Amino acid sequence: MKKKNVIIGIFVILPSIIAIAIFVYGFISWTVRVSFSNWNSFSKLLRGVYKFVGFRNYERLFQDTRFQTDLWNTLFFTIFFLFGAISLGILMAILIDKGLKGSKFFQNIFLFPMAISFVVTGTVWSWIFAPGTLPANPQGLNLLFQKLGLDNFMWGWYTSTYSLGKFNVALIAVIIAAVWQLAGYTMAMYLAGLRGIPNDIIEAAKVDGASEWKIFWKIKMPLLKPITLSALIILGHISLKIFDLVFAMTGSGPNFVTDVPAIYMFELTFRSNRYAMGSAIAIIMLLFVAIVIIPYLVSSMRGEK
Amino acid sequence: MKRFIIVLGIMFIAFGMVFAAENALEIFSWWTGGGEEEGLMALFKLFNQYYPDVKIINAAVAGGAGTNAKAVLKTRMLGGNPPDSFQVHAGMELTDTYVIPGLMEPITDLLKEVGAYDKFPKALIDIVSYKGEVYSVPVNVHRANVVFYNKEIAKKIGMTKEPTTWTEFLMYLDKAQKMGYVGIALGDKNKWTSLHLFESIMLAELGPEKYNKLWKGEASFNDPAIKRALSIMKDILKYVNADHSALTWQDATRMVFEGKAFSNMMGDWAEGYLKTLGWKPGKEFGWFALPGTQNAFMLVSDTFGLPKNAPHRENAIKWLKFLATVEAQDTFNPIKGSIPARVDADKSKYDVYLQWSMKDFSTKAISPSIIHGSAAPEAFATALMDAINKFVTEQDVNKTFKEILWIAEDNDYLID
Repeated sequence: MKKKNVIIGIFVILPSIIAIAIFVYGFISWTVRVSFSNWNSFSKLLRGVYKFVGFRNYERLFQDTRFQTDLWNTLFFTIFFLFGAISLGILMAILIDKGLKGSKFFQNIFLFPMAISFVVTGTVWSWIFAPGTLPANPQGLNLLFQKLGLDNFMWGWYTSTYSLGKFNVALIAVIIAAVWQLAGYTMAMYLAGLRGIPNDIIEAAKVDGASEWKIFWKIKMPLLKPITLSALIILGHISLKIFDLVFAMTGSGPNFVTDVPAIYMFELTFRSNRYAMGSAIAIIMLLFVAIVIIPYLVSSMRGEK
Repeated sequence: MKRFIIVLGIMFIAFGMVFAAENALEIFSWWTGGGEEEGLMALFKLFNQYYPDVKIINAAVAGGAGTNAKAVLKTRMLGGNPPDSFQVHAGMELTDTYVIPGLMEPITDLLKEVGAYDKFPKALIDIVSYKGEVYSVPVNVHRANVVFYNKEIAKKIGMTKEPTTWTEFLMYLDKAQKMGYVGIALGDKNKWTSLHLFESIMLAELGPEKYNKLWKGEASFNDPAIKRALSIMKDILKYVNADHSALTWQDATRMVFEGKAFSNMMGDWAEGYLKTLGWKPGKEFGWFALPGTQNAFMLVSDTFGLPKNAPHRENAIKWLKFLATVEAQDTFNPIKGSIPARVDADKSKYDVYLQWSMKDFSTKAISPSIIHGSAAPEAFATALMDAINKFVTEQDVNKTFKEILWIAEDNDYLID
């Protein structure tokens, strides 16, 4: 009987093993292969005329000023997006966890952006941050600033080409939209974590005379560590491969100030037919995500043992 | 287990029935919005009057001036699953992507058979041909090098006659700016519009003859005229709205409509858009060819071709023959807001602007557009688009000129 169960079990998962082997790992290896070739036109692709050029595509990419901008943008976007979404998420979770009147209502409001796709978020925020023809005809948020008499706050938002060192200030608008979208989700994760902390620990600490502040930092935060790790992984991999939000919101901006690798990859592959270069970017992005995911997998596997 | 097999069997049969629609015709395009979709539907209706038993499947893919549709189409062509006929821009987009790899059937004989071969201008037939064979039927023609302007603002800035030189044009732009208007509205959020502007300036400086020779490898990119074009672009950019990178071309055209901007340089789909906003050509808005390009017609033409192994080849041939008729062209184009590719179409069906454009189309030199896929392969067009986008911000003439030479070299266009 038991043996039969094992056989059925294998039979049941076999289709997905085969599908994953072909459609995930097979295609990843195919992409790696293409990234080492010179398949840079549609007709070459069709005729199968290509040769292997080693790391040439990668070399060209790292010398490409647009790709350099992309890498810096990814770095800054990831740092500020993770910081913004997680700190705002914790703050909202704590406030909701207090159980004040109407907190259920706000919980839903904060969570709601999650239900909207990045494309919609991008479109809406692109209206809000549309600068208008400054200074005469401001739009969106700039119009609000003008009405309030805060003329100094009006600026070009995601169309600004100003940069502080390697940080393009136009990214700020994109980061705000991304944080808006995912802070609620982070809040939900922390809220679940906070509700999972047994009350008697907190009560015991209170009896010992610990302040709210101390309880939060010394007891709650350490217990929420797994949540923080999950949030970092989930938000981190979203930010490394972000595409739709930026594409809908800024279309990569003037002089590519808000460009990201995924957009460059899409344009190289599907607009210019430069498949080899596109594949090289795809592989670089895969490696970035792997750097984030693999330590997590290792630690969780250790945990299971 | 038995039941499972029966369910599976039924699913297969149902699947087969959906795909075996015997007398179908699948037409692939990116005409999904505004006048273009209406025009396509009118074509389908007319086609069905002649062939009532053919069931048309409209496989239109929306978004981004065809960029999404093109990606879908490439996947389908690669996967050996072509539609019966598909929309493609005349020129390299057709030739480089589909004809050279051997995915298309020539249709020269078909056009000759229906007597339409000599009804298209020779320059256009050249653009849709490869090695002496025609590969697609041009349905419509748009002109790319047109400036549309707000007549009320023109009056205010004292423009009595349309400018024909850069000096005149820049003078009016300056006047408009001094009176608080945007001189020339630009919306380059989707990037292609800035190359759209630049390629017309390039055409003006090179002249149509030399410009057309570039694509045949008979003229050099290393030409001072291209550098001059970059400086002119730089001059023009002084009169552009500050928020251009947040806007689409529709937003830019709308600025003319709303009285915020004096002019907008755009293909004549902008004319169609102004009409849908409620303006009448010649009354509220005027137009002129971009200075220096009066003798040239920068062409964007949508065509339909015949892929090899089309599942319903017979119907596809009926469709292509149908598209080549005056009746089909005169049904589609007044709705879409473009002019017919045939020179013998009925002029009275078109508005003042389109009649002006038709006259120029049959008399002026025809030049292919880069960004709309006619002049050069997509790799060249997109690389140039990136370079021009950097130029719009950095405005470094020498650097961009050098980059243009590199791009030409990458694509085997540099001949010296």
